[in-house]
Amino acid sequence: MTGFHFPEIKNAPSRFRNALGKYRITITRACTNCGLCVEICPYGVYQVGSKRPKASCEHLCLGPSCSKNDFYCAERCPEKAIHIRLNPSFEVLGDRRWPAELLAGTWHMAETGAIPHQGLNYKTGDSGGGFDKIRFILPKENGNDKPVTDGDISTAIELNRSGDSRPKVTIPVPLYLGGMSFGSVSIVTMLSRARAAVALGTFCCTGEGGYPEELMDYDDNVITQVATGLFGVREDTIKRVRIVEFKYAQGAKPGLGGHLLGDKVTPRVAQMREAVAGSALFSPFPFHSVYSVEDHKKHVDWIKEINRKALVSVKVSTPTDVDMVAVGSYYAGAHIVQLDGSYGGTGAAPDIAKKNIAMPIEYALPKVHKFLLAEGIRDKITIIASGGIRSAYDMAKIIAMGADGVCLGTADLVALECIRCHHCESGRGCARGIATTDDELTDLMELEWGTQRIINMYSAWRAQLVNILKRLGMRSVAELVGRFDVLAHMDYIRQEEIEGELD
Amino acid sequence: MPPKYHIETSQAPNRFQKITRSGIIAWEEGCLKCARCVKKDCVYQVYEKRNLDDRQMLDSLDSVCMDCFRCVQNCPNRLIHKGLNPSYKVLGDHYWTPEIISGLWFQAESGRIPVSGAGYGGPFSGPGFDAMWTDMSEIVRPTRDGIHGREYISTTVDIGRKVMSLEFGPDGEIISPAPPLVEIPLPVIFDILPWSPPGDRIPLSLLYGARALGTFAIIRQSAINNAVREFLPNAIIYVDGNPGGLNTQLLRSARIIEIPDGEGAIALQERLRSMNPDLVVMIRMKLSPKTPEQALTLVAQGAEVLHLVADEYGLEEGKDPLFIKERLKEVHLYLVNKGIRDQITLLGGGGIAMAEHMAKLIICGADAISIDIPLLAAMECRVCRRCKEGISCPVELDDVDPVWGSLRIVNLMAAWHSQLLEILGAMGIREARRLRGEMGRAMFFEDLEREIFATMGKRG
Ligand code: SF4
Ligand code: SF4
Ligand code: SF4
Ligand code: SF4
Repeated sequence: MTGFHFPEIKNAPSRFRNALGKYRITITRACTNCGLCVEICPYGVYQVGSKRPKASCEHLCLGPSCSKNDFYCAERCPEKAIHIRLNPSFEVLGDRRWPAELLAGTWHMAETGAIPHQGLNYKTGDSGGGFDKIRFILPKENGNDKPVTDGDISTAIELNRSGDSRPKVTIPVPLYLGGMSFGSVSIVTMLSRARAAVALGTFCCTGEGGYPEELMDYDDNVITQVATGLFGVREDTIKRVRIVEFKYAQGAKPGLGGHLLGDKVTPRVAQMREAVAGSALFSPFPFHSVYSVEDHKKHVDWIKEINRKALVSVKVSTPTDVDMVAVGSYYAGAHIVQLDGSYGGTGAAPDIAKKNIAMPIEYALPKVHKFLLAEGIRDKITIIASGGIRSAYDMAKIIAMGADGVCLGTADLVALECIRCHHCESGRGCARGIATTDDELTDLMELEWGTQRIINMYSAWRAQLVNILKRLGMRSVAELVGRFDVLAHMDYIRQEEIEGELD
Repeated sequence: MPPKYHIETSQAPNRFQKITRSGIIAWEEGCLKCARCVKKDCVYQVYEKRNLDDRQMLDSLDSVCMDCFRCVQNCPNRLIHKGLNPSYKVLGDHYWTPEIISGLWFQAESGRIPVSGAGYGGPFSGPGFDAMWTDMSEIVRPTRDGIHGREYISTTVDIGRKVMSLEFGPDGEIISPAPPLVEIPLPVIFDILPWSPPGDRIPLSLLYGARALGTFAIIRQSAINNAVREFLPNAIIYVDGNPGGLNTQLLRSARIIEIPDGEGAIALQERLRSMNPDLVVMIRMKLSPKTPEQALTLVAQGAEVLHLVADEYGLEEGKDPLFIKERLKEVHLYLVNKGIRDQITLLGGGGIAMAEHMAKLIICGADAISIDIPLLAAMECRVCRRCKEGISCPVELDDVDPVWGSLRIVNLMAAWHSQLLEILGAMGIREARRLRGEMGRAMFFEDLEREIFATMGKRG
């Protein structure tokens, strides 16, 4: 893609007084406030204080592993007043899919736009399978005779591969931001995502709660969603966008409809959804008018008729016959099929569904890619992976497993300092002001800050993708699609089969 | 259509302070006495709601905190921390994990199914039941409406022998004998507990709960006394002693009786049946590699219900034991191949700890399941097994009020029932009877790993 300028990275530190880091620094009374630590730490951990320095950015500290450096403050402090140890609260953070290190690493990228320097694992989680067991096999550095430089590498993807007369839609990064409705997240969250999408030249989906007016300035970067509840769907909203998405199902609650608890249905939400404030909203499941691929095609045709320029995306979940579902979407005329794996999602869902119903994306995506290849139609449709993509590495891995690009949600929320407490639905909603419609809590976040955090994180992701492509000697992310040979699953590959290094 | 099965739930508060995953540590020393302390800003008013339980001398602070970390992140002197609760980590064991146990407590207290935001946070897969996923349907098959009320999803199953064909008399009347069949509205019966504090109160809670739910609790012949007599219509007597000792009156009124597997099992079944032709007899068998063969033989001899039991961890007997789901699949498929699966009822039990295990074991071939430890956990059991050693129970279960105990059990089963509906609804299946053996509508870890990952990193 020519002429696109990636947005500028600007520092966007934590909204809270103390950012959460892996280490905790204490300065004892022995401190004479000589100021040496403030001066020598290259990461800006300390700030001048009146009685003693303050470790106001302890989340940037390298921890005890810094002892190999000559600027190690704990060693250099003449009074030995500095103590660095693990932060006890850090242990409580996160879960197996998003361990504390991945959270802190993602916060770091959102703050600085750079990859973490503190030795945090920002690439994988600790789930013991899928992405967390898969690595890239990268040729040893300098193995390439024709080195590729960063500037030569394209991360752009084309979303309309159908060959029809509708416009081409190219996005400079292989990602867009998935549907999170107003109601499930705050308006600030929603707009931060939309504005970040504009800056990154990509898209952000409305989710199923209607099209708030505030989004209208960003029409060209909005995907409007038509879901089973048809909440807030109007001809006008379908006409104003470049991509319309049909949500058949979603990974977080496969086979179940959307569900917004009554507490979250404020007058504003109710108005947009043409519903009654305070009463819970259920989207039925599935589309009650769809019994077959032919019925499905009628839906797609309907949208295509209303908006003759729009691309149509179909979002489905990952049942046993996910390959057949994808083929069906192709024959129904979809430009994009989005496979939403079962482990992701942001909204409230029964735990039993999240854990057990439908396949993780790591299984579903290769199944579909291989099936469409065999059917000879793989290059006519764009496959987008979502539901459980947490990092730049997950993104690169799923592309190597057959996706053209990815769609994200949870990662954005983490960039906005979601702590993954899983309590988005209790009381007034997210206590951190992300997934809430409560005014006071919404005010905890500013739009500029939110926008920048998301821009920063995805800029860091893009840089990592470029680096992986460069090390593989590839010039475009399109070359990576379906390259199972550059991946290894740690449980099934033998050491002698690996030529190169694992990352 | 039978009336819709609905389980009435009601909040049944814990008797003891919950053990939560993490706690709050807030130091007083160094406090700056800020004009507005961050503790006042807690969205959940945790610091205002805290109180001291004088029975246990425990602060409730930890159990109300929702882990938002705002107080931790906003106190200028960093005096507030979160820490993992050591007593949480030691709950239960490798199989009955703290997550499972606290999940059972939640359901038993509220009758609600666990719902949370922000996706799934657990491991990718795991042994046993965690190595399979269930199917969903993208387009209309009988829909999820059943869950919200418009349509009907039935969770009823039958216990007993089924007739494979009907014979008609000259006037079109059915002349083939119809063996007795007992319907239960939920595919769950309550099994004998592997261990528990002594006394009548726990069995009474189970029986009371079984009656409220319309199902059955198995109770040993030796445990029958005047206190439980009232509940006998919902009891399955397990003949673990001398069958001759069974009171004839009792035998005549019983609907289901369980007998141990072994030499004279079929003879005993016939003898009991001759005294009460309406009786369904279950044969209790320890699950082992020999089960498929034994099951075949027993069915051929006229067995009607086999209750296959694994240990507390879902493992069968013997060296290198197989997990219950694996062996059950094999038994089911073996009997299907022999063309006799539909004649009998298979119950599976042992290691069933969550609602999803019930659905998954049914998919693997059980008609219904039996549960044990979750019933104790419903009443706040911590699966510490101190009672097994004869030590006093930390939650004083020997003293439990059977009314409260049964409420908790009913709540738990209501939550399991709703979760079974979630699974059935997503699959577009309208009847728990039709879920049985539907392995094609499930996805298994071993198959998927082989298909998807095994070829990675290989050229060509
Ligand atoms: S409630 Fe917790 S999990 Fe949900 S968005 Fe807020 S911080 Fe994230
Ligand atoms: S915020 Fe911290 S330092 Fe200030 S009053 Fe509260 S506990 Fe004390
Ligand atoms: S972590 Fe959040 S919920 Fe817990 S006490 Fe602090 S402010 Fe309240
Ligand atoms: S809490 Fe411990 S002692 Fe009490 S019933 Fe449970 S296992 Fe037994």
